[in-house]
Amino acid sequence: MADATHGLGGLKYDPAKRTRAPEWNVFGALVLIVLIFEILNRLNGGSFLFNTRDNVDAIFNQQRLDIMILQVAIIGIIALGVTQVIIIGGIDLSSGSVVGATAMIVMSFAQTATVNGNPNPKAIFGDWAMDLPVIVPIAVGLACGLFAGLVNGLLVAYTRIPPFIATLGMMVSARGAARWWSNGQPVSFPTESYGSLANGDLLGGMTFGLLSWQGQNPAVVFVILAVLFHLIMTYTLYGKRSYAIGSNEAAARMSGINVDRHKVLVYAIAGMLAAVAAVLLTSKNLTAQAGMGVMYELDAIAMAVIGGVSLAGGRGSIIGTVLGAAIFSVIISGFTSIRLDAYYQEMVKGAIIVGAVVLDQWRQRRRVRG
Amino acid sequence: MSKIILETRGLTKRYGGVHALEDADFVLHEGEHVAVVGDNGAGKSTFVRQVTAVEQRTAGEILFDGQPVNFAGPLEAREAGIETVFQTLALADDLDVPSNLFLGRELFKFRLGPFSWLDRKAMRERTLEALKTTAVKIPNVDNPIRNMSGGQRQCVSIARTAAFASKLVIMDEPTAALGVQETAQVENIIRGLKDRGVPLILISHNLRQVFDLVDRIVVFRRGRIVASLRRDETDGNDIVSYITGVKGGQDAA
Repeated sequence: MADATHGLGGLKYDPAKRTRAPEWNVFGALVLIVLIFEILNRLNGGSFLFNTRDNVDAIFNQQRLDIMILQVAIIGIIALGVTQVIIIGGIDLSSGSVVGATAMIVMSFAQTATVNGNPNPKAIFGDWAMDLPVIVPIAVGLACGLFAGLVNGLLVAYTRIPPFIATLGMMVSARGAARWWSNGQPVSFPTESYGSLANGDLLGGMTFGLLSWQGQNPAVVFVILAVLFHLIMTYTLYGKRSYAIGSNEAAARMSGINVDRHKVLVYAIAGMLAAVAAVLLTSKNLTAQAGMGVMYELDAIAMAVIGGVSLAGGRGSIIGTVLGAAIFSVIISGFTSIRLDAYYQEMVKGAIIVGAVVLDQWRQRRRVRG
Repeated sequence: MSKIILETRGLTKRYGGVHALEDADFVLHEGEHVAVVGDNGAGKSTFVRQVTAVEQRTAGEILFDGQPVNFAGPLEAREAGIETVFQTLALADDLDVPSNLFLGRELFKFRLGPFSWLDRKAMRERTLEALKTTAVKIPNVDNPIRNMSGGQRQCVSIARTAAFASKLVIMDEPTAALGVQETAQVENIIRGLKDRGVPLILISHNLRQVFDLVDRIVVFRRGRIVASLRRDETDGNDIVSYITGVKGGQDAA
């Protein structure tokens, strides 16, 4: 165990006393919250997770799980980008509006020529934009997200205005663009291949015991992206720079890190992740509306904060955000399951976000006192 | 005499009308350890800020390693081989010790632009090595340095400097905020630099420490260099008289 003692001159390091990763606390909270909702449902003769209907042959409550997984997946993808932005000490308020604007534009490039034998009544462009290969709307979408993210990043890095203001501007402007695009009209009737992006099953028909899972693609994309960015944030220079900048920007600059360029890169990636969410969302719903993604930015920030990402920057992880997304979704579904009124849900949601930040502050202070 | 590493000729810095540094001629030889002492406001830190290019000088010349230099910023100075421990710590609190040591000069398994894969094992091993050679005590290098004491953090900062020191190390009051044991640790690091032949400029208020560690003592008073004395040719009282202006008082006139 030569490795266990780094201290010279008698200072010992006991691996057993190493501080537990904060992600374990978040995981514990997730389990606890699921249990609470299960108990609350049982008291009313129902169940949170499990099927209680006699006429349905299933172990789990399929409908509820589907809704939760979809919510975690789509807003969770946004939260992956928001997490990185918060870790470098920034904030992104624009992601919900970027989803809206991207949704409208993407859908215009994904339209089918004929609906039930008639010409597409919602056509935005002429014939040239009909029945385009599915890669076109995806590429257009990513370009939209990249553009919004680059503008955010350039504003933050080079005008030195606070990220709160820069992304607030983008939030308002992108929502305006979404409404302007088709004068507030929804854009519908995508090609079949576009519709199958989110409604299809990359992994094929899956059955876990009696749980069958269809339309799994958003979740699959989310998991792939979560793993990818976990690796990037943990093992690459990109991650190291991000944590260093969020931790002490002046020190990062002194160490030769091109802080401004890195900020632009992080905001650009966050914008592209919002675009991925927009593609999946429009594909899932087979329509795009200018109001899509309203408040998603706050939900995404809430997921990150619940998952232990510090708004002060420098602390947090992708794993934490994934768990935070799960907690967030469980709470929302849980409230519905115990028939809590939707208005109360929103009020409680706000309280949870504030509570998570208070908890974070309190944890930091306690740690500093030792 | 051995090769000259750093030389300043007529180095001058004015902040508006304030003459913080006037006409400083300074020489540092290969392997030499020099202390810079003086009262508060005597121009010690100003001198260091000009040499490390944290600020740009008003007038004068700086020669490093025989060449006249005009560093645009502290980063260029570092790349040229001047490692500095500043009074304010330049550490990222949420990163562990190896990440801080290698911040901005990471080791990689393979390069892929910003997504280059870090060689964490190699950085950790070299960190442990560096800590061993500098005899810095850190209970656990894998903890974020936020959780460490002020002394331990200062030691990380100094170990970073010592580990990468190539041509010149500058320390601006490295033990000002440290306890007795931690101060002893830092002094050991400095002795290690001496053994390795790395030249050092040490700014310190602690005359006991200065006489323990360095070869030569340079006294600043009111922005001017008033004395440059070999350690074995002077004593504490002598230095104090220069610091207070009893001796060498150009300002008496």
